[in-house]
Amino acid sequence: MTSTHSLANGTASDGPGPAVTVRPLPAVPGGWELAVRAFRCWLVMYRRTWRSSVWSSVLGPLFYLGAMGYGLGSLVDRNGTAALGGVPYVVFVAPAVLVVQAMNTAISNAMFPVFGGIHWNKIYVAARATMLRPADIYRGHLLFIALRIAMNSACFVVIMAAFGLIKSVWAVALLPASVLLGFAFAAPVAAWAVTLRTQTPMNYVVRFGSIPLMLFSGTFFPVSSLPGWLRPLAYATPLWHGVALCRALSTGTVDAGAAAIHVGYLVVMAAIGLWWGSRTYYRRLYV
Amino acid sequence: MSRVATVRSPSSLYSFASAFFGASSLPGKAALRLIERHARFYRRMWLVVLSGAVEPLFYLFSVGVGVGGLIGTVTGPGGVPVPYKTFVAPGLLAVSALNGALNDSTFNVFGRLKWEKLYDAVLATPVGPGEVALGEIGWAVLRGLLYSVPFLVVMAALGLITSPWALLALPGAALISFAVAAVGVACTTFMRSWQDFEYVVLVSVPLFLFSGTFYPLSVYPHVIAVIVEWSPLYQGVVILRDLVLGYPSLSLLWRAAYLLLLGLAGLAVAGRRIARLLLV
Amino acid sequence: MRMLGCVSPPTQGDLTILGGDPVRDGAAIRARLGVVPQEDTLDNELTVRENLLVYGRYFGLNRKLIAERTDELLDFVQLTERADDQVDPLSGGMKRRLTIARSLINSPDILILDEPTTGLDPQARHVVWDRLFRLKQRGVTLILTTHYMDEAEQLCDRLVVMDHGEIAAEGTPRELIARYSTPEVLELRFPPDVQEAAFEKIKSLTSERSELTADRMLLYAADGDELLARVRAAGLEPVGEFVRRSTLEDVFLQLTGRTLVD
Repeated sequence: MTSTHSLANGTASDGPGPAVTVRPLPAVPGGWELAVRAFRCWLVMYRRTWRSSVWSSVLGPLFYLGAMGYGLGSLVDRNGTAALGGVPYVVFVAPAVLVVQAMNTAISNAMFPVFGGIHWNKIYVAARATMLRPADIYRGHLLFIALRIAMNSACFVVIMAAFGLIKSVWAVALLPASVLLGFAFAAPVAAWAVTLRTQTPMNYVVRFGSIPLMLFSGTFFPVSSLPGWLRPLAYATPLWHGVALCRALSTGTVDAGAAAIHVGYLVVMAAIGLWWGSRTYYRRLYV
Repeated sequence: MSRVATVRSPSSLYSFASAFFGASSLPGKAALRLIERHARFYRRMWLVVLSGAVEPLFYLFSVGVGVGGLIGTVTGPGGVPVPYKTFVAPGLLAVSALNGALNDSTFNVFGRLKWEKLYDAVLATPVGPGEVALGEIGWAVLRGLLYSVPFLVVMAALGLITSPWALLALPGAALISFAVAAVGVACTTFMRSWQDFEYVVLVSVPLFLFSGTFYPLSVYPHVIAVIVEWSPLYQGVVILRDLVLGYPSLSLLWRAAYLLLLGLAGLAVAGRRIARLLLV
Repeated sequence: MRMLGCVSPPTQGDLTILGGDPVRDGAAIRARLGVVPQEDTLDNELTVRENLLVYGRYFGLNRKLIAERTDELLDFVQLTERADDQVDPLSGGMKRRLTIARSLINSPDILILDEPTTGLDPQARHVVWDRLFRLKQRGVTLILTTHYMDEAEQLCDRLVVMDHGEIAAEGTPRELIARYSTPEVLELRFPPDVQEAAFEKIKSLTSERSELTADRMLLYAADGDELLARVRAAGLEPVGEFVRRSTLEDVFLQLTGRTLVD
């Protein structure tokens, strides 16, 4: 008697003995649906842990606004703000603080929890055993990071409005702009962080990456104050594009061409990050 | 005959001292051994340790020079207008001293206490809890100096030092590190989980921003200025600024005494807490 | 164990170690003690050699002396080839041997060990026992706590059985077994539904002690095979049967009414 195996009709019989029925494999949803499932998992975890970060998310930028915007601002305004386009220093600095907060949220959430997903609490490794593919794990996490950036930015935009620092109706676009900037950082940084074997490089990214970026990208003083040879470097950083974009939106000095360049730059950076991330996640989780 | 003996209610000053400081004839000598261990440990990752010194330098160039160009001059100590970057630099020197001491008196101490169980191993030897506290604080002060010295050198290279009194800035920075480290270790012994470190950030960031580092106290309304005077970083900033710019005065001694007392109080609390946590 | 190690104050009563009072002279006594704690409190980021160096420095020993002793100790615990390796990747058995070597750096008079072989594989355990036995021969006093009866029987000259902080019995292992148990034990298993009834019936067959635990019955007798024959003659057929010699675990069960590992 020959043995017959057939997955199509779901039965296998192999000589004497009862026939064994093999259930057909389930269909795997495509697109971003699985990513959304991963995102929901992050939401459940966040419900438990949000209290531990809410104060630094809200108070941190507020402190910088107070010290730099108002404290330092009183010294700058005394001297004249022609170099800033005639606005008080605090109006000049506030959108930069918004953007810097978005960048810091993006980078720290794209580094430490990603590394931790493999080495500390190992959630990535756990998720890998389910039907989620590495790309889904990656995108689900990015969705969560985008949510956190949106929440932090929304808080700060409200603060800006309350302090009278918003000068134009274009400011409604501040929230999506800062989320876009944050996403543009989170995508490539997460793609990189998942490949790490030790945690020391992450400290270097903060000390030699995000801090100098925060200080020199036209945030506290215009890029025109930088020495000539440094200026192109500043223009090339995504943070400068975000700062310039958000500053234009909140002060109402929007120029369609410049805005298009800024938005385009950030979109391209996000796209490259997404492409790179699905490759690094695949290699790290499946190989 | 039964009697109850506890370390917490010693029957004599001698037994308290020997419980607190261990068996060394010179109390505190064993603290040096702990510092030696940390030096050996960090020797491997010296770049991580040193890279922390860079942050105040970035602020010096960005805020000091960059924003300084927008500000011009500021009224410094003695009522004399000085260029902004000359005003800001000593403030950031104080911040260097703070930064150097902060990590090794908070996060790293918690890690050694709860995860690496380093102190459990150490306390099984003749070393006492007071010496453990002294060793940790001593190491944090060393690291504070490790950050302050390069900053001072950069200040000199940029021509921001105008007085020979600036030589005293180094012991001044060490004093700031001592106060920060002692309070840091003492507070860390009360923390129960990594979530509590939120408070470290919530205290150190405002301290850094609002303690007269970037602008003189005269910017504040009077009520707030009075509150800020209690900040140890503010006192440290004033000491360093007056010394570096050449305005020494007796009031600096009072400010230094404040920092010293804060440090000693932290040391005492830290030693008792470590004893209470690990010797019961 | 922490009280003996002079790190916890005694809660009641008097304690004298090496002629000193642990509260007053704690640090001085600790200088003459060696401690092998239950969890290895090694410095994972340092190398094997550095761990010994740093620990020895806490005792105030000078570097030359530490270097000599380090070579000796690493040879004693067979870790010489790993001397310059980081501690973190070492196996559990190696880490425990390093902890033992570390505890000997100050040439202690008394060595305190808290469950020294818990969690080690059988081969590692035997290496540790061998080293501890040699230490004993050199004249070091060992104070050891353990859950392993074989460890206690092999290493101990004097054994104290403790239950809830009180001494339940004291003596050499052989004395304790002779005093509190019979030479042999018969272990029987029956299907769960007939276990109770079978136990009642068997109890009437023997005048010695018998215990019913969750998964088997323990019948104490001078001759286990003879008792088994009588059980069979009474018409009972066990699913599993095993005759063995009494151990300290039976002593503990008799003294405290509980199994050792519950």
